[in-house]
Amino acid sequence: MAPLLEISDLRANVGDKPILKGIDLVVNRGEVHAIMGPNGSGKSTLVQVISGHPAYAITGGTIRFDGIDIGEMPPEERAQAGIFLAFQYPVEIPGLTNAYFLRAAYNEVRKARGLEEMDPIDFIDLLEEKLKLVEWGPEIMRRAVNAGFSGGEKKRNEILQMAVLEPKLALLDETDSGLDIDALRIVANGVNALKRPDNAYVVVTHYQRLLDHIIPDIVHVLADGQLIKTGGKELALELEARGYEWLTGTPERV
Amino acid sequence: MSESVESLVNRDYKWGFVTDIETDQIPAGLDEDVVRLISAKKGEPPFLLEWRLRAYRGWLKMTEPHWPNVTYPPIDYQRMVYYAAPRTKAPLGSLDEVDPKIREAYDKLGIPLTEQKILSGVAVDAVFDSVSVGTTYRRQLGEMGIIFCSFSEAVREYPDLIERYLGSVVPASDNFFAALNSAVFSDGSFVYVPKGVRCPMDLSTYFRINAQNTGQFERTLIVADEGSYVSYLEGCTAPKRDENQLHAAVVELVAMAGATIKYSTVQNWYAGDEDGKGGIYNFVTKRGKCAGAGAKISWTQVETGSAITWKYPSVILQGDNSIGEFYSVAVTNARQQADTGTKMIHIGRNTKSTVVSKGISAGRGQNSYRGQVKVMPRADGARNYTQCDSMLIGNRCGAHTFPYIDVQNRTAAVEHEASTSKIGEDQIFYLKQRGLNTENAISMIVNGFCKEVFRELPMEFAVEAQKLLGISLEGSVG
Repeated sequence: MAPLLEISDLRANVGDKPILKGIDLVVNRGEVHAIMGPNGSGKSTLVQVISGHPAYAITGGTIRFDGIDIGEMPPEERAQAGIFLAFQYPVEIPGLTNAYFLRAAYNEVRKARGLEEMDPIDFIDLLEEKLKLVEWGPEIMRRAVNAGFSGGEKKRNEILQMAVLEPKLALLDETDSGLDIDALRIVANGVNALKRPDNAYVVVTHYQRLLDHIIPDIVHVLADGQLIKTGGKELALELEARGYEWLTGTPERV
Repeated sequence: MSESVESLVNRDYKWGFVTDIETDQIPAGLDEDVVRLISAKKGEPPFLLEWRLRAYRGWLKMTEPHWPNVTYPPIDYQRMVYYAAPRTKAPLGSLDEVDPKIREAYDKLGIPLTEQKILSGVAVDAVFDSVSVGTTYRRQLGEMGIIFCSFSEAVREYPDLIERYLGSVVPASDNFFAALNSAVFSDGSFVYVPKGVRCPMDLSTYFRINAQNTGQFERTLIVADEGSYVSYLEGCTAPKRDENQLHAAVVELVAMAGATIKYSTVQNWYAGDEDGKGGIYNFVTKRGKCAGAGAKISWTQVETGSAITWKYPSVILQGDNSIGEFYSVAVTNARQQADTGTKMIHIGRNTKSTVVSKGISAGRGQNSYRGQVKVMPRADGARNYTQCDSMLIGNRCGAHTFPYIDVQNRTAAVEHEASTSKIGEDQIFYLKQRGLNTENAISMIVNGFCKEVFRELPMEFAVEAQKLLGISLEGSVG
């Protein structure tokens, strides 16, 4: 079986500016990868490019998901195929209720998998289960998507969406930023509960903190658009102790 | 904003068909003889002819208003036809005698006129070019004392009511287009709901312009007597034609003490093509008067069509404790222009008004909100809340807000909130990343934006409005 995600020599630009400069990465089912690195190294770009953000142009290399080259695939089809991005800055959509949005997204994914749409009544039952994961009551479903949510609520909402959509590959982009300790625990518990042998996580983070809760199998360091070091979970601890300068040779830009 | 968002627009206007039917049409041009001819064709009583002639003479002295934030080439009022009617052999005895071609046209529009297929729960008056071709559910409504018929019929059957209320809210001298309408109006709908009666179904008029080079000048008059309730819906479409057509209607609402009138419009006149060729000029005067204490008038409009929209459904809050509401969604795409809003005139004590306006601009559309809130010296405790939101899709459209606030009473409270937002690539990407395609993503964002207005619409109308919005914006982001 092909790896779940296989990236070879991936290069991507914003406008004329190269951001990713030849990335190689293989993620197998059942694995949790952490991608760490200094600010501006291209961590967010990498996960946005994997999910098909139109702001980036792929200038070289390939992204294969489940054995299929997805480089040209529109973002909604990647999502339907099972790629989920938990955004660093989830957007607000006033007037669109969480319930309506989630069911629409869920049904798109079901349709793509050849399943029938789920009716609203059954969907409520499904939601009840998923809400428990993020320790929320049903009232959140009547609120508009992220509108007026605190930073922590927005991140929890990302995890809720992930729980509903059950992706094969979840990309968590700085999901720990802006979270207090309680929210961090809720988010991490949600992620851990959703871990299965047939799905995988790529966790982008600047700090070791999140990795105390979500234990990675493999840690990569991304600097200036390239993966410069790969190791086990102890690499994250070493980075925490010694900083990125130890690897990049330059003081971190803040 | 990426180029894809900029790219425009191949809208499909599926209501753009033409019905091939013999019409009784008078020659183009306007003078006193034309006014007399229209009145004679309709067999009107002398008071109405006099009223028309006074309006016409007044109109001659007026000039077309150019203060709205819209531009268009001069209108030649002498090249227009002021009366066109489907030719019928004899007066219609029942709906089943409606010309099959016209019936077919309404079927295509989803408005069946045959008795067996009548829309359940909605009584419809169908206006085709200048005349009403049929009204459904009349007998059932008549049993409750509710009058719902074409304007011409009302003139014949209830001349006293017409003489009493016609022009009582929008006088013939009110403005250029209202004066023109008063001189040449051909038909429209009339509603009277007696004291204490709650109209059991929505009443609806469906306006269809068919003939070429024809102006449509219809008049709607709704009178809700003390303590009564009526909900009224208005829909409109027209064929695709290369030249512009003028629609200058007048709507007058009178709500007596304790009465409520809810007036909803889904306006979908042909908007012209992407280069701005053709389309309807929708220059309409709509006004309601809360004549007695505790009366309520609520306007809800969804404006997706027309090349140019110029209208300000307004409420005169004369009775103490009366309530005026205005909920509006106006969409401009391609080269459409809209200058729309409301006037809330607070005269009585403790009068309240709410204004929620949502303007959506895409393509090269220009969308202006223009609203007036006026509190007169006697209006102690008057309250107004205005919320005015604009959404921009792409970089070549425009949104403008022109609020006028005139408060002459110290106890009044007037609030105005405004916001402008832009559908961003990021919002669209967020929804696409959850598996939704671009069309669905935009439709969800826009419908969310319009939610406060849509929830004021009757159920079926709200569904229709949401679909329409999707079609209107189709291709505006891609």
